[in-house]
Amino acid sequence: MYLNETPVLSIRDLTVRYGKGCSACSGRADNRDKNRCIACGTVWATDGISLDVYPGEVLGIVGESGSGKTTLMRALYFDFVPSFGSAVLRDYEDGQKNIWEASSAAQRMIKNTVMGMVYQNPVLGLRMNYSAASNIAEKIIAAGSRNAGQMTGRAMELLDAVEISTSRMSEAPKNFSGGMQQRVQISKALANNPALLLLDEVTTGLDLSVQAKVLDLIRKIKALYGISILLVSHDLAVIRMLADRTIVMLDGAIIESGLTDQILEDPQQAYTQQLVHSLI
Amino acid sequence: MTKTTEILRITNLAKSFYLHNPGLVIESCHDINLTLLEGEFIGIVGRSGAGKSTILKCINRSYLPMRGDIIYASEAFGPINLAAASEREILYLRRHEIGYVSQFLNVMPRTTAKEHVMSALVDQSMDAAGSEVKAEAMLRYFQLPESLWGIYPATFSGGERLRLNLAHAMVKEPRLLLLDEPTASLDNKTKLLVRDILKKLKGANTSMIGIFHDIEFMEGVCDQVFNINEGRIAS
Ligand SMILES: Nc1ncnc2c1ncn2[C@@H]1O[C@H](COP(=O)(O)OP(=O)(O)O)[C@@H](O)[C@H]1O
Ligand SMILES: Nc1ncnc2c1ncn2[C@@H]1O[C@H](COP(=O)(O)OP(=O)(O)O)[C@@H](O)[C@H]1O
Ligand SMILES: [Mg+2]
Ligand SMILES: [Mg+2]
Ligand SMILES: [Zn+2]
Repeated sequence: MYLNETPVLSIRDLTVRYGKGCSACSGRADNRDKNRCIACGTVWATDGISLDVYPGEVLGIVGESGSGKTTLMRALYFDFVPSFGSAVLRDYEDGQKNIWEASSAAQRMIKNTVMGMVYQNPVLGLRMNYSAASNIAEKIIAAGSRNAGQMTGRAMELLDAVEISTSRMSEAPKNFSGGMQQRVQISKALANNPALLLLDEVTTGLDLSVQAKVLDLIRKIKALYGISILLVSHDLAVIRMLADRTIVMLDGAIIESGLTDQILEDPQQAYTQQLVHSLI
Repeated sequence: MTKTTEILRITNLAKSFYLHNPGLVIESCHDINLTLLEGEFIGIVGRSGAGKSTILKCINRSYLPMRGDIIYASEAFGPINLAAASEREILYLRRHEIGYVSQFLNVMPRTTAKEHVMSALVDQSMDAAGSEVKAEAMLRYFQLPESLWGIYPATFSGGERLRLNLAHAMVKEPRLLLLDEPTASLDNKTKLLVRDILKKLKGANTSMIGIFHDIEFMEGVCDQVFNINEGRIAS
């Protein structure tokens, strides 16, 4: 290795299972129907995921529905505790401490200052009845700020960055279109300048023209803030546009990874070849 | 003074593709050996399907080489084997040292010609103002009319596209430039312009490997010419 970089995030062996597991399915991927053990019915939503996210890069994760992408993202954002595995962040305890073993206060701090999350479903990421500005203010307050004037300024700046006019700041996201809700989520996720942005299917379900706008916004954010992004999508076209490197997931496991153009032009695995060929 | 510094040495490069469905191996190139000196221009010719693009894509690592070494004398890393380097190292080299140009456009949606060229510099962490100045200089150098700078390039002619691609690749001042049939589908006048541009780049000590279907036209620019036939160097 010639480049000596410290990853922003390193995950090792992340496993999330629903069910107790049995001797037929623990530690082995045969004897399963997709991610489900034929003998005991346990679902291995993610099974032994390891990855690194480097400074300033977009790491894409692509895979069909049910492959475990959302499970990975929500485990990272402490929505539940994984069955096994560890993750360290460069910006938490110098990467020495497994974030899943951190205190809940420390996990809250990480969510508010080190990572920002944009959920596929905006209901999970936004308070739909609060104003767009209050959604952002809440996030800023959570990180410890008390200065109301600064907060309003920052909210305006963030909403402006995602092209939501300040005249709509005091409106509630429930009145917004899907594309606008995603943009409010993005500005909220960016509120405290996190080092890592988690994006779960940000463009899924949006009209094509709105999709293009959101993708464009993500590109600008990357260039402007030099932030690292973990970008999850079932849509290879989205990954192609944004990701520097790409990981392919199937049935809870990583089956292939590489430079995004290499994954697209010279895919190695049967599943990836099928995925790529259906794109053209 | 004789030029003797090697910038790229390929030994025994081989690439095949395994297509799982229908279970088929495609041999694309094998036993490829070549050495490029700093400031040199290597021309590659051969029939369609001979394996020419495969060689360039292996150097660029858009394809994973199966066998062989591609030793590149990197400014940042020293000698590095592109066939085995880490993904992050390849990304670094693409950003700073190695450029790849084809006749095809590879531009993000909603990006103007000037923004496209600027993006290569923003990727190098240059600030917006600095990259704008440099991007404009590069567009001027490649003679892309100023009236086109603010336009989405999807509607550009073949020649305009190529000049934009060259500007995008060259604005980061790569030491090694890979050219995959840049002159395909250009009219003669534009081809002459491209040849002049490549001559100028060579004069500025850029090392290049280029595929040309009409190599006669590149006479006087090439230092070596390799003819690829069925995946091998024939001459
Ligand atoms: N609470 C749960 N109980 C049982 N299975 C679950 C639960 N949550 C998710 N799963 C299963 O985990 C697998 C991965 O789901 P998910 O991470 O949402 O996939 P993706 O985001 O890639 O579509 C799926 O098979 C899903 O049905
Ligand atoms: N990505 C790929 N997947 C499968 N086969 C490929 C791929 N790229 C090239 N090939 C095959 O390898 C051979 C050489 O192709 P290529 O290097 O593109 O030839 P050339 O550039 O000389 O026309 C051809 O048979 C081609 O079909
Ligand atoms: Mg999902
Ligand atoms: Mg070719
Ligand atoms: Zn079981």
